[in-house]
Amino acid sequence: MSNAAIELKGITKRFGSVVANHNISMTVSRGEVLSILGENGSGKTTLMNMLSGIYHPDEGQIFVEGEPATIRSPKDAFRYKIGMIHQHFKLVDNLTVTENVILGLREEGRFSLKKSAEKIRKICETYGFQIDPMKKIYEMSVSEKQTVEIIKVIYRGAEILILDEPTAVLTPSETKNLFAIIRNMKKAGKSIIIITHKLGEVMEISDRVAVLRKGEYIGTVETKTTNEQTLTEMMVGKKVDLNIERTDPHDCVKRLELTNVSVTGKDGVKILKNVSFHAKSGEILGIAGIAGSGQKELLEAIAGLQKLTSGSIIYHDPKTGKEEDLRDKTPLQIRELGVRLSFVPEDRLGMGLVGSMGITDNMMLRSYKSGRGFFLQKKDPKGLANKIISDLEVVTPGTETPVRRLSGGNIQKVLVGREIAAAPTVLMAAYPVRGLDINSSYMIYHLLNAQKESGTAVIFVGEDLDVLLELCDRIIVICHGQISGTVEGRKATKEEIGLMMTNLPEEKEDAE
Amino acid sequence: MKNKTAKEPLMRIAKRTDMPVKQSVIIRAAAVVIALLACGVTIVAITGGKVDFLSIYSEMFEGAFGTARRIKITVRDTCALLCLAVALAPAFKMRFWNIGAEGQALIGALASCIAVKLFPNMPVAPLLLIMFFFSVLAGALWGIIPGYFKASLGANETLFTLMMNYVAIQLVKYFVVLWEKQKGSGVMSTLTTGMLPKLFGVDYGWSIVIILILTVLSYIYMKYTKHGYEIAVVGESENTARYIGINVKKVIIRTMAISGGLCGLAGFLLVSGTHHLVKADLVGGNGFTAIIVAWLAHLNPIVMTLTSFFVAFLDVGTAKIASACNLNDFASDVVVGVALFVILSSEFFVNYKVIFNRRKKAIKEGE
Repeated sequence: MSNAAIELKGITKRFGSVVANHNISMTVSRGEVLSILGENGSGKTTLMNMLSGIYHPDEGQIFVEGEPATIRSPKDAFRYKIGMIHQHFKLVDNLTVTENVILGLREEGRFSLKKSAEKIRKICETYGFQIDPMKKIYEMSVSEKQTVEIIKVIYRGAEILILDEPTAVLTPSETKNLFAIIRNMKKAGKSIIIITHKLGEVMEISDRVAVLRKGEYIGTVETKTTNEQTLTEMMVGKKVDLNIERTDPHDCVKRLELTNVSVTGKDGVKILKNVSFHAKSGEILGIAGIAGSGQKELLEAIAGLQKLTSGSIIYHDPKTGKEEDLRDKTPLQIRELGVRLSFVPEDRLGMGLVGSMGITDNMMLRSYKSGRGFFLQKKDPKGLANKIISDLEVVTPGTETPVRRLSGGNIQKVLVGREIAAAPTVLMAAYPVRGLDINSSYMIYHLLNAQKESGTAVIFVGEDLDVLLELCDRIIVICHGQISGTVEGRKATKEEIGLMMTNLPEEKEDAE
Repeated sequence: MKNKTAKEPLMRIAKRTDMPVKQSVIIRAAAVVIALLACGVTIVAITGGKVDFLSIYSEMFEGAFGTARRIKITVRDTCALLCLAVALAPAFKMRFWNIGAEGQALIGALASCIAVKLFPNMPVAPLLLIMFFFSVLAGALWGIIPGYFKASLGANETLFTLMMNYVAIQLVKYFVVLWEKQKGSGVMSTLTTGMLPKLFGVDYGWSIVIILILTVLSYIYMKYTKHGYEIAVVGESENTARYIGINVKKVIIRTMAISGGLCGLAGFLLVSGTHHLVKADLVGGNGFTAIIVAWLAHLNPIVMTLTSFFVAFLDVGTAKIASACNLNDFASDVVVGVALFVILSSEFFVNYKVIFNRRKKAIKEGE
């Protein structure tokens, strides 16, 4: 018997005309940490979903412990001792840990929550989890929920664990904890597969790295014998310059000034509390924070999409020198004031664009009202669409192809292209590179930098701290809807920001 | 090993987005043919074999176009369906599930009758204009009410528009009793004025002209105007609409006013063009059938002329067979239902493909 726990032979999976995985053959050894590295859309998750029974391969064969295996459902997968922890947790919020873990299981003997809780406690001891089996899910942090997912899989006897982008939602210190857990599991003889696109983590945790590119298997390398540059080249297929050129800001004047801005959500919970900061022309202001700390509401408040409970948003007009308060104005009123505010929202297809429309019609979103009369004027938008397609190298069959059918990178180019075309004085971008391939990501960074140099006040909400530190001139850190501090992009460290993301300065907590 | 492969699922369903237009047209045309065949089989089954299978189609054709009167009925039914379907199109484009066309048309019809009762001695031309405006306004009101509650409170428009149908029916019943021909008869006396004249010597001539103009205008409105663009954006994503500064509330209410108003217009045509009275079942379920007509045409008003004609043809044609075989009206409803079911099913094959797994391979291994 070989040392291979799983062997894939010639696996192909198509979705309609798209080939998500093409003829992939690879092995997973017993007791190793294997990283599946690839850009977004390279087919990592699809491949792993075939191991966990979500999809079924069109061609090829999976072997588990040397035997051919047919995995048609997650239940089948558990029979083969394979368990997957998905990026989006699948837990019932108002049940306890124990109830969630045993949900859907048919255990022998009498049903006993106590016995199950005991078993969970034992698992926790073995691997060093810090979880109370009686705690309800809604009381838990994201990283605790992730731990519950891991327990769920181990409880079902999984020997091979697949983690899909496990660090995407974690803070730096939580990531460290997770890696410690992974090492413990490896010691216990389990195989762990991590799907990721973050090179730093690959180098830190894995024994071997399997690289996928555009659905093709490129190869597997030992982590010890490789470096980040080589892996990037394998992943992208060509040499990539991984540097963001940051110029020093010049001609900075206050463009946007927020004072004591508060926003209350529908259920009466305060989402933003007394947020004050300013954005200057000719600089990139970064906003760092754990996802869901109020970043979305903050940008929407500026864009006129969110009602403020208090505070003011003052815009300094560069031409007239006048000051305008944008509070409680609709997006239309803001535009009528002559404020050239562009906004690249987080939800590209749900907010920034209309998925079923072509590029031309999406260009019209900003301009359809222009021109007199009752009828639409399509010539200018069509020209703009063609300009963006050629300037930003958008890959599309035509200007009328629904943007939903384009790849994530191309969708974002269309959106950013349209927002920049308005020659904005303030440009806000929320997670503009989320889900994008490396080349598109760097194109977006360059576009933001170009805007900064042309004197736009750029506000950039990001999640990757490395990028924030490389791109931004100043970074404000937001924590539970409050500003926990401002740092200089050139001087601050990742750890410093990570700490501020989870902790408010003491005097602010007292004030609550 | 062979056993293991045999355990593969037999077939899968995969979404497709790549079907060429030509192929999709062929599939839909084939669906129409299969639908007609299915109708034939159904009729033979219902009549217990009294009718010869092949003669069904000549009978249907005869029923729909056999005499001048039958042609008139087919055209009239086509017009009624088309007008309501065109009225529904903007609402559906906005993803506003207006299933209240029945009530909006009925209240429009009632408004026409009220206009006649208010101004019985007015010359016909101005009276017709007043009836027209009364009907459109009443229908629009019936559309604006659910539109307003949807826009401001998020009330479920499906239930709301459905319930408005019953309100309209009860109101009509009240007025019918008020205007009864004979006490207790439950039928109002036919109006003596406010009738649409013949146009170029054709009955329903005005109705046909008005509806065809509406169809073209509605196509242009949805495709080439700023309003049409706003409707499409709101329908696709309210968030996007808010983001670019469209007043979503205004668009919802305005579109429902248009949709309801056009339904009201259909009511006006029913009263002044055809029936010259109002009764609870005046619209006769066409408000619901129009939903299918609109969707079969993918909300394209021009294509709706075809789909409404097809449905009207089936309806009238099978009604002839039904009466020949002493069956009641429900028989033709069954047949129309079977036909629509087949045609709607064809959309599945346009949007999805079925893949049979490894069948060939398994057979080869078996050899």
